[in-house]
Parts: sequence; C-alpha cells; structure tokens
Amino acid sequence: MSFAEVLLAQKTFPFEDLLFDVNAAKVESVLNKDKLSIEDLLVLLSDPAADYLEPMAQKAAAITRRHFGNVITLFTPLYISNYCTNRCTYCSFAHEHAINRKQLSFEEVEKEAIAISKTGIRHILVLTGEAPDKATFDYLRQSLSIIANHFSAIGIEVYPLTGGQYEELINAGYMDSLTIYQETYNEELYKTYHRGGPKENYFHRLETIERACRQRIRAVTIGALLGLDDLRREAFAVAHHALYLQKTFPDVEISLSFPRICPLVENFIPGVVVTDRQLVQLITAFRIMFPTLGITMTTRESARFRDNIMPLGITKVSAGVSTAVGGHIGKPSTTQFEIADHRSVSEMQRDLLANGFQPVMHDWNMKMSMC
Amino acid sequence: MEDDRLIIAGKAVTSRLITGSGKYSDDRLIKDILAAAECDIITVALRRVDLVKKGDSFLKYIPEGKTLLPNTSGARTADEAVRIARLAREAGCGSWVKIEVIKELKYLLPDNIETIRATEILAKEDFVVLPYMSPDLSVARRLVDAGASAVMPLGAPIGTNRGLRTLELIEIMVEEIDLPIIIDAGIGRPSHAAHAMEIGVDAILLNTAIATSKDPVKMAESFKYAVRAGRMAYLAGLGDESKKARPTSPLTGFLDT
Ligand code: SF4
Repeated sequence: MSFAEVLLAQKTFPFEDLLFDVNAAKVESVLNKDKLSIEDLLVLLSDPAADYLEPMAQKAAAITRRHFGNVITLFTPLYISNYCTNRCTYCSFAHEHAINRKQLSFEEVEKEAIAISKTGIRHILVLTGEAPDKATFDYLRQSLSIIANHFSAIGIEVYPLTGGQYEELINAGYMDSLTIYQETYNEELYKTYHRGGPKENYFHRLETIERACRQRIRAVTIGALLGLDDLRREAFAVAHHALYLQKTFPDVEISLSFPRICPLVENFIPGVVVTDRQLVQLITAFRIMFPTLGITMTTRESARFRDNIMPLGITKVSAGVSTAVGGHIGKPSTTQFEIADHRSVSEMQRDLLANGFQPVMHDWNMKMSMC
Repeated sequence: MEDDRLIIAGKAVTSRLITGSGKYSDDRLIKDILAAAECDIITVALRRVDLVKKGDSFLKYIPEGKTLLPNTSGARTADEAVRIARLAREAGCGSWVKIEVIKELKYLLPDNIETIRATEILAKEDFVVLPYMSPDLSVARRLVDAGASAVMPLGAPIGTNRGLRTLELIEIMVEEIDLPIIIDAGIGRPSHAAHAMEIGVDAILLNTAIATSKDPVKMAESFKYAVRAGRMAYLAGLGDESKKARPTSPLTGFLDT
C-alpha cells in the first residue's frame, strides 16, 4: 500500500469530534502512557493540552536525553541553483519573481564546498530549485560528485527525482539522505499554493520519499511547511507519514522537521499563524510519540528559540547558513527565505557547549556503506 | 576478588564495567568518567570519528593503556559492519570490535542474522569480535561457532534504561554459554547492574545511564561499586540461596526413616 492510499483512507477522520472530547483528564492519561497512538498525539495537540506544556516538555526532554544523549549534530545547507519553474506562492525563488538568479559553475561549487568545509562542517545539505532544463540531473550529479570530496555525508533537498536517479546517486556515493517537505498534506490547499510548474502534481511529490526509500537511501527528512493549513491536520498527516515509513522501511532513518513559514514574498499572507507555544507543543508531542525519530531545526527560528527548544527533542541543527546561491564565496544571489539565526558554525558550537550539548560534526561517513 | 579476572580472547581484564564514549555533553568528561569507573575497556562509535580529521575527535580524550572497543553503530548490514571494523583497524583503533547491526530503527533492536554473518567474516580476519545481540540461546551458540570472543545480549532496548527485561533468556545463556556474557543496553540503574552480575553475567556495558545523569562522574563511580557488589554476591553464592527453598523440615525426610 502506498502512503497516498493510507492518507486517502484517513480523509474522513473525525477531527472535530475527537478534539471536542479532550479534557484535562484525557491529557493526563496520555501523558502517563508509554506508547502513543495518533489519537493520543492529537490529544497532546489539543487546546486543553496547552495547559500541560511544562510536563510535556519535561517528558520530551527526558525521552530525548535517554535516546540521543546530550549531543546535537550540525549541518549547513549549500544552495547551488535558484532557477525554478514552479510557482509556489510563498517562495521568493518562484518562477514569476524577477530576482537575481544564479547557478554555480562546477568551479564555484567546489569553492563553496571548500569554504563550508573550512568551518568544520562534515554534513552538508545540497539544495536547488526545480528547473530540470537548467539545473539538470547531470548538473546535479556532477556537482554532488565534487561536493562528495569535501564532506562525509550529503543530503539533498532538490526537485523530486525518479527512483533510478536516486539509485544512481546513492550507488555512486554522492548522497545518502533526502529532505522533501510535502509543504501541505491537504490536497485541495496544495493546489492553491502551487500554481504552476511540475510541483503542481501533489501525488508525485507525496510519493517521492517512498521512491527514494525503495532505493535503500540511508535517511529521509519529512515535514509540512507550517503556516499553510491547520496545524493539527498537518501534524496528523505527518504522523501518519512517519508511521508508514517506519513500518514500510524499518532500516531508513526518518527525521522530522517543522519549518515555520517565513516568506520574503511581498503580499503573501500565511493561511495560519503558528505561535511559539504551538510549535513547542507540536515538537514535544511528536517527541513523546516518536522517541527515536530525528528532529531537525533550521535557522528559520531565532537563536533564542532554538537554544531553548533544543533539549526538548531536537537532534540536528543547521549553522553558518546562507540561503543564497554562492552565499559562502561572495556575490550571492537573492535569498530563498529570511533566516533568523545568523550564528556561524563556531558560534553555534560555542553556544551548544555552553548549553550542555556536545556539537557533533561527524555522525556518519558515506564510505562506511559503500563496498 | 583480586584474581577474579575476566578473560576475553586471552586478555585479562580487571574491571567488569565497560563504558561508552558517546552521548556526553562534553568529551572532556570522558577521562574523569573512566577514572571514576576504573574501566579497562571503552567503546567508541567509529561513526563519530572523522577519518579525515582524526585528531579532532574524542579519541584524544581517551587515556593511554585502555583497550578501545570500536563499535559498528550505524551499520544496517553485515557488510557495513565489516567495513566499519576494517576502517577502525586501519585508523589505529586496534583489533577489538563490538558488532552492532541494526536495521530496525524504531526500537533499535539488533539483527541477529546479520550479526552472525559479520562475526564470521571478522573472526576469520583475526578481529576480537564482541557481538551485540537480542538474547537467544541458539543465536548465541552460532556466534560461538562463528568465532565470537564474548556475547553481548541486551537487557532492554537501547536508551530505555528499563533494566533486565530479558532476564529469563539471559539466565539460560549464562547457564549454557561458556564465553563471557556482557549485558549491553537497558541498564539504567546501578541496581540493574548489580542484579545482572548476581545472576552470573560476566560484565556490563553501559553508556546512557552514565552519560545522561546530572553528575556523570559520580554515576560512573556508583556503577563501579554496583558491578563489584553484584560480582561478589555471585561469587559468594547468594544468588543461588535466594532461589532454592531450604525448608527446615525436609518434605522427603520420611523416605529415609
Ligand atoms: S519552494 Fe522550491 S519549488 Fe517552490 S518556488 Fe521555491 S524553490 Fe521553487
């Protein structure tokens, strides 16, 4: 069964009834459980549970410490091209925007990789927009082959590829993890936010993670862009997605990310506003339900927020971030979205240590999985 | 107790407590923890060692004279475990290796079949192989045949701190397997460690319980005492006494009169 079918079967799930029935006693009983169902997760995301934020945080912190210890892995994104044929209404790289477009030459890719690796970063996330005629698969493959010489593990956050293309990149040792956010799991809303280009196809995107998992990818990160649809509905879909992947691909490491929308696009108004408290409630609820999943936190959030939420479930953070193409070697392009935490890698390491965390720069080497 | 040495692959080990090196808030703690626990063997996750910049890694905090036990954490197949073990040896971490093959990432339970396969390959290459396993007598026997130097059953899933949930299965292994049996994973409290030693387990490997304590150094010391106390109790035969009822008036005495 594909995840699309799983999600379809949940279309009539009685959200309102379930949430209406939640009271303090129910929240407390869920907090006393060892294993949570998706219904329990919704209980922890309900309004009455908002009064239990502190005990939720305590529980989430204890679970995180037990499973991951006091360590946080660092990574940096590397944008290699911002050409894009899609029209995502919230993104400054969208096709219709007259922005400063840039695609790194292979020489620049190498320079950028060297500049980032000098900061001590060993885990990298390579990003492009979706312009398969410009940032072609061959361009991507060759860029990754250059980047692979400078890092020990490579993730990609690029347009959806075919199974065969994932296979090729994985077997060549050019990448071992994939990040794809569904943006919103709400099919109808998805169409209103994605008004052109190949990304219009909701199901093609939805099935991308499974395509990569079938090629024995090592790790995937999923998530919804928070601010498009109702938070609990998105959380419900993300939780189903995580459960489906855990069950179908037990040897793939699954991580979650909860990016809040922070657009640079003029006139874009998010569908919903997700407050700090709601985000904390969301992350702690997921940590309690999924004790062993990774949770990534990007620099969309402020340094203060990141520092404080880290003990509550976070396992991986970005640092030394530029969301511009060529951001590490001068003459950068327009940035994709506004970042709120501008700390360099060394500042992040210093602050992690000060907060009782060991910054881990190296948590895997792709050479360990190649024969 | 002085001559009660644990022998693994011909090497005498004084301490029956083995600690890990991961999960600490600061690698500089490693030295103090090892001193407090008086460990001879320390596990290191090779996945965390940057083979390009080895000098930067936590290996520099491990004092001379300790036996390094690189583990293959992160391996999902026997082939990956084998590769990591070889990389560890090339990187100068010695020939001891703890095989850890996990291809089920929800509960983080070891894959016994891949573990047997990796043990076979590495034992042939003269590694001292200590496989981490889900407790099971038949698998333990196969690991013995494959050339393991000890077997390391889990007490409870990694990171749960739930103690000896697999007690019955481990007791059977203690009875039947001649190699050292080292409990790895699940030990959350010193009393869990003492209990395991009381039933005749040969050593304890733990990391989470020390690393995530508010005072890891003190916790390391308390585990040292717990492991010693449990071992003494085992040698003294206390475990036996608590199990067998010794009625004051025998129920079968009539047969002799
Ligand atoms: S979100 Fe990605 S696909 Fe959409 S417009 Fe921006 S760069 Fe293109």
